[in-house]
Amino acid sequence: MPEFQEKAPLLQKEAIAPGIFRLTMHAPEIAGAAHPGQFVMVQVDTSMDPLLRRPFSVHQVTSGGNIQILFKVVGQGTARLARLTPGDQLDCIGPLGRGFFLDRRDRLCLIGGGMGIAPLYFLAKRLLQTGESPGDDYVFLGGRSREEISLFAAEFFDLGYTVKVSTDDGSMGHHGFVTDLLGPVLPDMERVYTCGPFPMMRIAAQKCGQAAVFCQVSLETHMACGLGACLGCTLTGADGRYIHVCRQGPVFDAEEVAWTT
Amino acid sequence: MDNINGMDIDLRVRLGELRLRNPVMTASGTFGYAREFSQLVNLHRLGAIVVKGISLKPRPGNPPPRVVETACGMLNAIGLENVGVQGFLERKMEFLRGVNSRVIVNILGDSAAEYGALAGKLTGIEGIDALEVNISCPNVKKGGVAFGTDPAMATEVTRTVKGQTDLPVIVKLSPNVTDITVMARAVEDAGADAVSLINTLIGMAIDVGSRRPKLANVIGGLSGPAIKPVALRMVWQVARAVSIPVIGIGGIATAEDALEFLLAGATAIEVGTANFYQPRAAESIIDGLRAYLAAQGEDSVRAIIGALQIDEA
Repeated sequence: MPEFQEKAPLLQKEAIAPGIFRLTMHAPEIAGAAHPGQFVMVQVDTSMDPLLRRPFSVHQVTSGGNIQILFKVVGQGTARLARLTPGDQLDCIGPLGRGFFLDRRDRLCLIGGGMGIAPLYFLAKRLLQTGESPGDDYVFLGGRSREEISLFAAEFFDLGYTVKVSTDDGSMGHHGFVTDLLGPVLPDMERVYTCGPFPMMRIAAQKCGQAAVFCQVSLETHMACGLGACLGCTLTGADGRYIHVCRQGPVFDAEEVAWTT
Repeated sequence: MDNINGMDIDLRVRLGELRLRNPVMTASGTFGYAREFSQLVNLHRLGAIVVKGISLKPRPGNPPPRVVETACGMLNAIGLENVGVQGFLERKMEFLRGVNSRVIVNILGDSAAEYGALAGKLTGIEGIDALEVNISCPNVKKGGVAFGTDPAMATEVTRTVKGQTDLPVIVKLSPNVTDITVMARAVEDAGADAVSLINTLIGMAIDVGSRRPKLANVIGGLSGPAIKPVALRMVWQVARAVSIPVIGIGGIATAEDALEFLLAGATAIEVGTANFYQPRAAESIIDGLRAYLAAQGEDSVRAIIGALQIDEA
């Protein structure tokens, strides 16, 4: 699959909620090749501290060759990104890794927790291009509060999906885990896609396993290169052997992953 | 793109019998088996590619987390994960044979015998131009003391490898020693054709919130720009202590970094951690060397090797 390194001008920075930002960059080569679930390695700036690029799922590809990333400020890399202003350039490498499987249309459920929502929006849009109505498909979004989640709920709703929300503080939708929403609809589902905190994906994977529903998960680890060279992005696979998130993933079939770790 | 103004500048260097079209190499463990970078880097322009270290049998590596970023650098404890020599020859060499660059295979082992067996298996293979011997590994028979921290063990490994191959042998030195020139002289006396240095400096990082080490292995190897001054000092010392060629490694990311090592006495350099965050670092260093030499009125890179000028006190 093609990979590119582009100096991408920042076109827009949206402050979604306190500490949560969405950046739109002009990266036509990456945009043209990206598949939902793939990621980009973004160089925060040209200083040597922080040294390494940061991996971000492609959140959306928009017309005119633009890509979006979505992130919460968690460290010095994301803090630097949050301070950028339109016109700044971001050195991006991508699209990288193995994305979601989307060859055919089944009844679907997308489950996103926190910033795990990021790749699911690109997936939701691309699924529409298969030409079938998403009316029977669900999107479940979990977040800390209404403030964090409401915009995304509206955006998935506008794509025609049936959207349900959970929040940690009960300020919107179900007060509890987003995976609590899965139980009632799971018997009707043929495929589940999920991205979010590891414990959340573990619950989703276990429920899907028990119901014999095909489930794909998008994993996150520390990685130095994103290219398969550093071998730093290791997790344990279901067979006990190590899997490398950057090249073998970041999207895996749930049954490929050791959920006990 | 080449700097057209510098196209007539001679960048060729020799490491013993190994002739390179330019002194810019990619360091082991930072460039995979080269194919990983094939869409982002023009591999044909590189002076040499040093592939991920190979052992006799495949190794799974250490448990995660294996990498952590530090100030201007990173720690890694990958644990020498690799496909093993058979997997390398069956699955990685075909691609490398198609690359118009020198291919140097980095080897590692638990015993001198394992190094020797590896050297034998990699000799006489089309497309392999030299071996780089990683002596920073623990010697299992000596309670896990690294080969590269004991002159006698380093000598034994070097002699054993030299006895099994007619390829040029580069010994990659560990900086985790009191006096690296002692190690350099030991492997030179044992027949090494060149030395490369430095491997990573052993370091550590702690998550104060959880009171746990940030690496599952607790300690790991520090690399990146943070180690460059230490590496440069050691290269300068070793270049004055041995008569075989020295390859400089350690935090090199730009042409200016590379030039510092060449001036300090390195005949060639390896780009390591920079490959992770700037895959085209080696290519831009090649361009930058030409531009520097043109600006300095030099027609060969060899004119600046060891050309450091130190004022008499």
